[in-house]
Amino acid sequence: MPPREIEDEGRERRSYVIGLVLALVLTTGAFAVVGLNLLSGGAALAGLGLLALIQAVVHLRYFLHIDLQRSHRDDLLLILFTVLILLIMVSGTIWILYDQHVRMMP
Amino acid sequence: MNWELIFGQIKWTSFVFAGMIENPSLSEAIASGAGSIAVLGALATVILLTVKGWWVPLWRDWLTSVDHKKVGIMYIAIALVMFARAVIEAALMRAQQLAATEGAGFLSADHFGQLFSTHGTIMIFFVAMPFITGLMNYVMPLQIGARDVSFPLLNAISLMLTMAGAILIMVSLVVGQFSTGGWSAYPPFTGIDFSPGEGVDYWIWAVSLGSIGSTLTGLNLAVTIYKKRCPGMSLFRMPLFTWTTLCTSILMIFAMAPLTAATVMLALDRYAGFHFFTNGDGGNMMNYANLFWLFGHPEVYILILPAFGVWSEVVATFSSKRIYGYTSLVYATMCIAVLSFAVWLHHFFTMGQSANVNAIFGIATMIIGVPTGVKVYDWLLTMVGGRIRFSTPMLYHINFLLTFILGGMTGVLLANPGVDFQVHNTLFLVAHFHNMIIPGVLFGMFAAVQFWFPKVFGFRLHEGLGRASFWCFAPGFLLAFFPLYWLGMMGATRRTYMWSNPDYVPWLALAMLGAGLILAGFALMVTQIVVSVRQRAQLAAPLGDPWDGRALEWSIPSPPPAWNFAVLPNVSSQDPFYEAKKAGIAYRSPAAYEDIEVPRNTATAPLIGLFACAWAFGLVWHIWWLAIASFVLIWVVVIARSFATDTEETIPAATVKAANEAFLAAARATPGVTRDREMTSDNKGRAHPEALEGRAGTIASGTAVEAL
Amino acid sequence: MSLSERLHPGLNLAGTDPEGHEAAEETLFGFWIFLMSDLVLFAVLFATYAAMSVQGIAEGPRPAEVFDLTAAFVETLLLLFSSFAFGLAMLEMKYRENRRGVLVWLLLTGLLGAAFVGMELHDYYVMITQHAAPPQASGFLSAYYLLTGTHALHVSSGLVWMVIMAVQVALIGFTTPVKLRLMRLALFWHMLDVVWIGIFTFVYLYGVAS
Repeated sequence: MPPREIEDEGRERRSYVIGLVLALVLTTGAFAVVGLNLLSGGAALAGLGLLALIQAVVHLRYFLHIDLQRSHRDDLLLILFTVLILLIMVSGTIWILYDQHVRMMP
Repeated sequence: MNWELIFGQIKWTSFVFAGMIENPSLSEAIASGAGSIAVLGALATVILLTVKGWWVPLWRDWLTSVDHKKVGIMYIAIALVMFARAVIEAALMRAQQLAATEGAGFLSADHFGQLFSTHGTIMIFFVAMPFITGLMNYVMPLQIGARDVSFPLLNAISLMLTMAGAILIMVSLVVGQFSTGGWSAYPPFTGIDFSPGEGVDYWIWAVSLGSIGSTLTGLNLAVTIYKKRCPGMSLFRMPLFTWTTLCTSILMIFAMAPLTAATVMLALDRYAGFHFFTNGDGGNMMNYANLFWLFGHPEVYILILPAFGVWSEVVATFSSKRIYGYTSLVYATMCIAVLSFAVWLHHFFTMGQSANVNAIFGIATMIIGVPTGVKVYDWLLTMVGGRIRFSTPMLYHINFLLTFILGGMTGVLLANPGVDFQVHNTLFLVAHFHNMIIPGVLFGMFAAVQFWFPKVFGFRLHEGLGRASFWCFAPGFLLAFFPLYWLGMMGATRRTYMWSNPDYVPWLALAMLGAGLILAGFALMVTQIVVSVRQRAQLAAPLGDPWDGRALEWSIPSPPPAWNFAVLPNVSSQDPFYEAKKAGIAYRSPAAYEDIEVPRNTATAPLIGLFACAWAFGLVWHIWWLAIASFVLIWVVVIARSFATDTEETIPAATVKAANEAFLAAARATPGVTRDREMTSDNKGRAHPEALEGRAGTIASGTAVEAL
Repeated sequence: MSLSERLHPGLNLAGTDPEGHEAAEETLFGFWIFLMSDLVLFAVLFATYAAMSVQGIAEGPRPAEVFDLTAAFVETLLLLFSSFAFGLAMLEMKYRENRRGVLVWLLLTGLLGAAFVGMELHDYYVMITQHAAPPQASGFLSAYYLLTGTHALHVSSGLVWMVIMAVQVALIGFTTPVKLRLMRLALFWHMLDVVWIGIFTFVYLYGVAS
């Protein structure tokens, strides 16, 4: 293998290892929050949500190799657009169903 | 012997003719008649194919083809066949409602329920969707200078899945009943408690097949536009039809998933006793409405955006003018596409959420009228100062502008939750959405057929019959649907098979008259196609540019060769072909030709479609062996295909050169036809550009630069 | 276009296989779009679950009564290591085109994935037999089984796909189509891991915490 490839491979291997370590830490942290009752109530939910968000970003960055490099910006825009659609659909659904639920006769 | 293992729940009495024998009535006779037409139609097709020896060409040249042009044509063929059925159903419903004041009419309530359910389901999923999909498939790659879509085989598979869904709906005419739950199939009515039997299952699986097909099409077309544009075709040089295709594709990618989720949940409720939408045990039927319209509202724009693209092409071409406000049209399309995901609640304002929720979605709905308004002004301003030719597509366009604006205004009314509460579930709503979809989508597709037919088949459609058909469709639509606004405000509810108010009768009679005119329009349209095929010699326009067109699709012969472009074009502006004609550099021979790789035909897609259809049929009738076997076979076909290596063939450069040089020579040798002669047999598809008129003598039409 | 330029999100073949790298651009972009469409499907299932896990309990058990966090934690680790193993298989393919190396890593990925599916089936078995919590018991459980079941079905089809790819690697070797299929399977596999983050957080941890 030419030296440039060895270097490239080292970089990409490191990416997977970093991803694995970070994911392990975050996962263990999330389970610890609940298992050891570190937080409770709304704080627990917010903390868990934040940990999940960070871990999703870690996976996207280190396993799926998404970065904000210029050369594939068009594709990336479409993928990022998905996030907007997800937010609209999920928050809209939860909002509407919750609103209907609280207005119903018990 | 346990027959249920073999035939599932199909019994002798499942066949539509059994009803007529056991319980004769006019309603049953009509059902049997429809079943007979389906059976006889299929039989006649088989006999025709056998007698003419067309089985082999049908299989070899069409069903196994992965060429985007043939796939597009097949989509539109499905759309037209299904349109014939659904428009007849519409006329039957009109007749029933007219006949059923203070009496039962001639259809049973159940039969009427099936009619409005199949009419809606077919018109949306198996007329409008295949029509726009076929059109996008055919035209878009030609407009961006590509040889095919990104994934030709996937494209054929999408087609076959859609066809499988359409066949399933046709089968429901003969075997069993269809759903009576409307095209939106709201539970709990469509749950197993209130709708036992196969009807809702037919709806679920037909719609699911169509929806999977559409998702894959959206993916395919979006990748094509992103990755296969010819050199120089930057995003902001793309024709507007391509822009609307891109936005529609993106909507398809995201909007179909909620529908799939909703149909899967409904199926699990019905087949496995789950509690997503049931009345008790924690089910929530309001979530169905939520999920369905998460899909349903973007769906409206999936349908209308390609039609907006068609209107943009038509108005520019027949006004002989560059489209007014290109950039604003592009941004308006994008705004509509994004906003369409944020208004779905306006379909169920009355479901009980608080006024604040309704208000927010009402406001979002009104906002979506703004970019649409921008588009209307752009089209109007394109006509200002142009030389307008009142050809059939242009007539449709002007009619569209007038009637669509009225429909849009009733839409703004309905966007106000207070008004919506008053007319919810009445014929006012029915009038409104037909007012958007018929002049917008359907007439857009008809205009597109008139406009691109000569490109597809190499001869124009008969103009006189086209106009005659238009003059039936346009007033027919007004007569059929404007009375429904009045009826709705008088309180007439939708999907009602029997009335007690005699005041409705005159309005219903007017609507019936409209339905008759629409049927006449359709008959004239079929006649127009038949006559045009017969007179194809006089109407021939093989040189490809009968309307003095603007985008790349008009620069190649009609019908286009398998490879579309002998050499991929290199564009440097919007309206590249028009600019080339203006500069006198159209029809130049390229410097060199190269071999072209095209995908081979394959049986993969039709086999997948066949097994998908069998799978769905097995599920509908609980024929488990069939469902399991077909499902396994679908994947066996997919896996077997992944081992195939010899999937492409090469067309040698010499073949391409011979064909293309012959076309170019003919184009150069033929005198260009001026616009006032474009509807005569002089029009061989070589246009004398409007842009050069008044500068007579600058470039004689025959001359062209020989080599680059 | 420089060879090292990235043409699509995800692991690129730039540098080692220029021809495959260019062929990948269109195919991989298409697959990304498919993944996004799939993600929207999961989003809708998550939203439904979010509503029904609170409002759809009826007479059935509550989330905290039926979930086993230890099992969920082990499943999370299995899927995470499986994802990591696939990453190493891809490096083996990209830099060495070494059939044996790729097959070994694929085998490990598949075993971890199969263990994940097995554990999930065991979870279902325990819920149904010991907690009287089948999907028919309530809206909450219907939504739970559909969400986790859809994910498990994705993982299972990924496993079938993996077997086919192993056969193709062994029989055909690293032609461009085979490489592109492995790259797509890798994206699919990593994406399922991302979806699982949502499941263990919003289903299991939220269910027990609230």
